[in-house]
Amino acid sequence: MVKKKREVVVLEKCPTGIKGLDEITRGGLPQGRPTLVCGSAGCGKTLFAMEFLMRGAMQFGEPGVFMTFEETPEDLAKNFISLGFDLHDMESRGLIATDHVYIERTEIEETGAYDLEGLFIRLGSAIDAIKAKRVVLDTIEALFAGLSNAAIVRAELRRLFHWLKARGVTAIVTGESGDRLLTRYGLEEYVADCVILLDFRIDAQISTRRLRIIKYRGSSHGADEYPFLIDEGGFSILPITSLGLDYPVATERIATGVPKLDAMFDGKGFYRGSTVLVSGTAGTGKTSLAATFADAACRRGERCLYFAFEESPSQIVRNMGSIGLDLNRWVKKGLLRFHSARPSLYGLEMHLLTFHKLIEQFAPQVFVIDPISNLTAAGTAAEVKSILTRLIDYLKMKQISTFLTDLTHLQSGLERTSEEISSLIDTWILLRAIERNGERNRGLYVLKSRGMDHSNQIQEFVLTHQGIDLIDIYTGLGEVLTGSARVAQEAGERAAELACRREAERRLREQERKRKALETKIAALRAAFDEETEEVHLIADEERKRQAVHTESRLAMARFREGKPSEPPAKRVKKRGKGA
Amino acid sequence: MNKANNKITKTSNAEFETAVAKQNSATYAFRLYITGMTPRSIQAIAKVRQLCEKHLAGRFELKVIDIYQQPALAKGEQIIATPTLIKELPLPLRKFIGDMSETEKFLVGVDLKSKDG
Repeated sequence: MVKKKREVVVLEKCPTGIKGLDEITRGGLPQGRPTLVCGSAGCGKTLFAMEFLMRGAMQFGEPGVFMTFEETPEDLAKNFISLGFDLHDMESRGLIATDHVYIERTEIEETGAYDLEGLFIRLGSAIDAIKAKRVVLDTIEALFAGLSNAAIVRAELRRLFHWLKARGVTAIVTGESGDRLLTRYGLEEYVADCVILLDFRIDAQISTRRLRIIKYRGSSHGADEYPFLIDEGGFSILPITSLGLDYPVATERIATGVPKLDAMFDGKGFYRGSTVLVSGTAGTGKTSLAATFADAACRRGERCLYFAFEESPSQIVRNMGSIGLDLNRWVKKGLLRFHSARPSLYGLEMHLLTFHKLIEQFAPQVFVIDPISNLTAAGTAAEVKSILTRLIDYLKMKQISTFLTDLTHLQSGLERTSEEISSLIDTWILLRAIERNGERNRGLYVLKSRGMDHSNQIQEFVLTHQGIDLIDIYTGLGEVLTGSARVAQEAGERAAELACRREAERRLREQERKRKALETKIAALRAAFDEETEEVHLIADEERKRQAVHTESRLAMARFREGKPSEPPAKRVKKRGKGA
Repeated sequence: MNKANNKITKTSNAEFETAVAKQNSATYAFRLYITGMTPRSIQAIAKVRQLCEKHLAGRFELKVIDIYQQPALAKGEQIIATPTLIKELPLPLRKFIGDMSETEKFLVGVDLKSKDG
C-alpha cells in the first residue's frame, strides 16, 4: 500500500538537454509544471529558455511554443541562429511556434475590469497547432509594465499557471531580478515548483556566470552555485562537484618514459588513471618530464592531450627536440594534440569547459596540463582548487591518466604552494634545484605515491640529448652532492682509498724488514753464544787433561818419595788448578 | 489634423465651419473582441452599443468578434486582454480594454469629450 503510494508521488521530470542541468536536477525540470528562471539583465535567461525549447524539439521530440513579450520575432530568430538553430526552418517544420506579444501602455486605455483570456487563447492555439509539450514565456513580467491594473494581472497570472499545469505543458517563465524579491514583481509567488536563479558577476575583470536551484519542490537537487558558460554550443553547466568518489580504478601501470623513474616506483611506473603532480621551481625540468611522459604514451599508441599555458605548441616541439624527443611525429600521427591558451584569456569556468570539450572530442588516455599554477591568473586559489577538483574527478571517472606540472617559487617553499591540491594528487614528484659550488643541479624525489612502493631516494635529474636520466646522488660522509661536486667527490674518494692502500702496504713491508733485521740479530747472538760455549768446552777439556797429567805426575812423585804423601803439595796443586 | 489647420489659416471662416462639420459627421469603425458570452462580454457589448448610440448615432459601425471562434485573429491584432475595443476609424487607432464601466475614459479616448471634462 505504502509502496504504491510512493510510486504515485514520484515526480516526473522533463529532460532539458542542457549540458549539466539534468545532472544537477536529477533528471530535468518538473514535467508538466512551470519553472521560474530569474536573474539580472544579461544573465542568459532568454538563452536558457531558448535552449530548453530547442533541445526539446530536436532531441526529445517535444515541440515548443516560445511566447516573447520583449523581443520581436526577427530578434528572436537572430538569437536562435547564434546558438546554431534556424528558427524559421523549425517553425516551418512545426517544431517551434513563436508569438510576440506586444504591449504598449500608452496605446491602451483601461476602461474597467478585464481578463487576459486573449493571452490564453493565443497560447492555447499555438500549443494546439504544433501539439507543444513545452512553453516559454519570456518574460511575462512585461504584463505588469504594460497594464496598470496589477491586481488583475496577478489574478490572471495565477490563473495562467494553473492553466499551464492543467494543459500538462512543461513551462519556463523568466523574470528579472528585483530588489528584495527574486523577481521584480514577485513571480516566485505563483511559480512555486521550481525556481532557478542565474547570476552574472565580474571578479577581477573576469566574468563568471553561476546558476543555482533555489527551489525544486518534490525533488532533491544540487544546492550549490554552479558555474555555467554560454558559448556557440549554448549553455553548459559544470556540475562535477555533484559527482561522488565512486569511480573505478585500474591496477594497470604505465611507464613514465624514464626507465629509472619507473624504477623508483617499483619498476612499473604510475597507475593508469592516476593523477601525477610534478612541482618545482622554474627551470627544474617540469616540461621536459611532462613531454617525456606524453611521448611515452604516444609510443604505446595512446592519445595524449597537452594543455600548454606557457608555451606555444611549436615552441614545445622545438625545445623538446633538444632532449631527443620528436613530438612532431606524434602530432602528425594524430596521437598528440596540443592546446595552447593564456590562462587569463578567459575565466576558469571557460578553461574547465574547454578541457571538457576537448576531452570529449579527442578522448585521450593521457592528459597533461603544463602548468596548473598559471591558472591562478584567472581566479583565486580557492577557485582554482575547485576547478581542479572537478577536473580531476572528471578525468578519474574517464580513467584518464593526468600529469600536472606546478611552478613553485623559491621563497614560498616547495611543499606549501601545492598543499591546496595535494589531497587530489596520487603521485607527487618534486624537482628541486640544488645549488652548490657555483653550479646548479636538479634533484628529483617522490613525495608521495598512493598505493605503491616508491623510492625514498633523491636522484639527480639530468637532461641529456638522449632524454632524461636519473643518477644516484652522492650520499657518502653525511653529505649530498650533485653534479661536478659529486664527480669530484667520487674521484677524491678513489684517490684517498688508493693512498690508504699504499700506506698499508708500505707498513707491511717495513714490518717485514724489521722482522728480518731482528732475525739477523738473533742469529748473530746465537753464533757468538755458540762460539763461547765451544771455547768453554775446550778449556774444560784442557783442564781435565792437565788434571789427569798432574795426578799422574803426583802419583809418580809419591812413588818416587816412597809413600810419604804430604798435604801441602796437594794444596798447591789445587791452587794452581783454580788459577788456570 | 495639421493639414486641416494649415488650410484654416489660408481659407475663410466658412470653409472652417464645413471642415468641422465634416469631422463631426465622420464614421466611426469599432471592433470589439470578446471571449464567448461571459457576463463581462455581454456588459461590454451593451455598454459600447449604448455609448455609440448616444454619441455617434447613425455614424458608427461596430463589429463584435469572438476570439474563441477565431483565435488566429488574437495574434494578428495583438489581443491580450478581453474585452478589447479597437477604434479603427477615424485614425489614430486606439485600444480600450475592459468592460467599459469607466465611460469617461472611453469618451475621452474617442475624442468625444476633452480631458478636462
